[in-house]
Amino acid sequence: MVDTKVTLSGIELSNPVIPASGTFGYGYEFAELYDINCLGTFSFKGTTKDPRFGNPTPRIAECERGMINAVGLQNPGVDKVISEELPKLKECFHKPVMANVSGFSVEDYAYTCERLNGEDQIGWFEVNISCPNVHGGGMAFGTSPEMAALVTKEVKKVTDKPVFIKLSPNVTDIVSIAKACEDAGADGLSLINTLLGMRIDLKTKKPVIHNKMGGFSGPAIKPVALRMVYQVYEAVKIPIIGMGGIETAEDVIEMMLAGATAVEVGAANLIDPFASKTIVDNLPSVMAKYNIEKLSDIIGGAH
Amino acid sequence: MYQGMYEILSNKCIAKNTYEMILKGDTASLTKPGQFINIKLEGKYLRRPISVCDYDKETTTIIYKVVGKGTEQMAEMKNGEMLDVLSGLGNGFDITKADKDAVLLGGGAGIAPMFNLCRELINKGTDVTVILGFNTKEEVYYEEEFKNLGAKVYITTVDGSYGEKGFVTDVMKNLTYSYFFTCGPMPMFKAIESVATTSGQYSFEERMGCGFGACMGCSCKTKYGNKRICKDGPVLYREEIIW
Repeated sequence: MVDTKVTLSGIELSNPVIPASGTFGYGYEFAELYDINCLGTFSFKGTTKDPRFGNPTPRIAECERGMINAVGLQNPGVDKVISEELPKLKECFHKPVMANVSGFSVEDYAYTCERLNGEDQIGWFEVNISCPNVHGGGMAFGTSPEMAALVTKEVKKVTDKPVFIKLSPNVTDIVSIAKACEDAGADGLSLINTLLGMRIDLKTKKPVIHNKMGGFSGPAIKPVALRMVYQVYEAVKIPIIGMGGIETAEDVIEMMLAGATAVEVGAANLIDPFASKTIVDNLPSVMAKYNIEKLSDIIGGAH
Repeated sequence: MYQGMYEILSNKCIAKNTYEMILKGDTASLTKPGQFINIKLEGKYLRRPISVCDYDKETTTIIYKVVGKGTEQMAEMKNGEMLDVLSGLGNGFDITKADKDAVLLGGGAGIAPMFNLCRELINKGTDVTVILGFNTKEEVYYEEEFKNLGAKVYITTVDGSYGEKGFVTDVMKNLTYSYFFTCGPMPMFKAIESVATTSGQYSFEERMGCGFGACMGCSCKTKYGNKRICKDGPVLYREEIIW
């Protein structure tokens, strides 16, 4: 019998599989399809201080082995998340959940995390300083070590829960930003967010996406994600949640070998609503195939 | 919502660039006319959302136009091949709103969901008038099929090569009716909006990521808040739409 358990900042997960923010809502819609308690946890839809409609449509473009999205952090705002979404989440999911938070100023991040801090079910914060789809914020915090450190420090002041900072791959040196977050007190890091990309329609000769550019995700980006997780693992001591193009149990193992303690599954949930469950179901047999008895033993094994 | 492998029972060209495909597989998740299915194609990352034209206990009929690489690939598929399908998506039409009579307006591929809707309305005793809009004669399909259901059928073509010359609204504006349903391209919707005299329902199209409400890729604003075309739509009531 193989052991799929991992521990993320002191909280044990039955397995390292975590649906990524923005691909799993607040969980309850997937709970109509299967018992989502089979998951390690999940990262809920990126939540901001105020309600947001997001960007005009089209927000989605298909690519080879991936997709571009420019949703723009559509969410009901932290007050409604607390009053309407989290009660529904609680009914179908009985484990600690990861709270994904975005903002447009350092104060926004701190405000939203402080509001959510009182919610018992939240096990971790995942602070998104890397959204490529909103102006005047988001990715701006994730492309400068100083700003990344500042957001980390301010969020740490308002919560005792573990804080993971979600990093952007759209930088020249992700290691320097990772280290700045670690030095500022981050409990862990999530990487990678989407790669900035675009498509152009040959018929209209214009960008497919209304916002022109958006975040590229899917299996096409997995080699970039693995490389960045590998590099960051060498440079920091805090745990890493690895993501980018994960579709199979084999992908989970590969990402853990690069240095991830847990692994998020993003775009795959949108193509196959059962993708995360299938990965969880397949993990034991794939571990056995590669002679892995205890999954936590392989973290960073490629180094 | 149901995910499963569906067998292609038939796949034939029924008009210019227009194909009818019959799939064998679960239909229990289809509960209303106007819902859609989302089809995974070999080598394509995103699924293709396609309206359900009709269904019975075992089969689902779809009609699609060849507009790009994905639908070109579908047109070449043979009987007996299997497709990974998500079925039972979208809210569908609310037929309880129509009573003694209704007008159904379909444009191009938007005619497909009108078929099952027409059957359901006639089954509940509503008098149905159908107006089918095409660009030209070679694109015309399903005229007889709608007549066989017992509907009064008008055909319009933009070039006048078949039926009445003009747009569906050129017929609509001369009719009296108490409710309408429509699916088709946005210019047709805007024309209908300018001549319609009653309440009605519009079925919208949008680029989708997932098709089942998870990604927020196809959101729109309505008078009653944000809605996802794939999950809270594709059918919206006339009264809630912000044009």
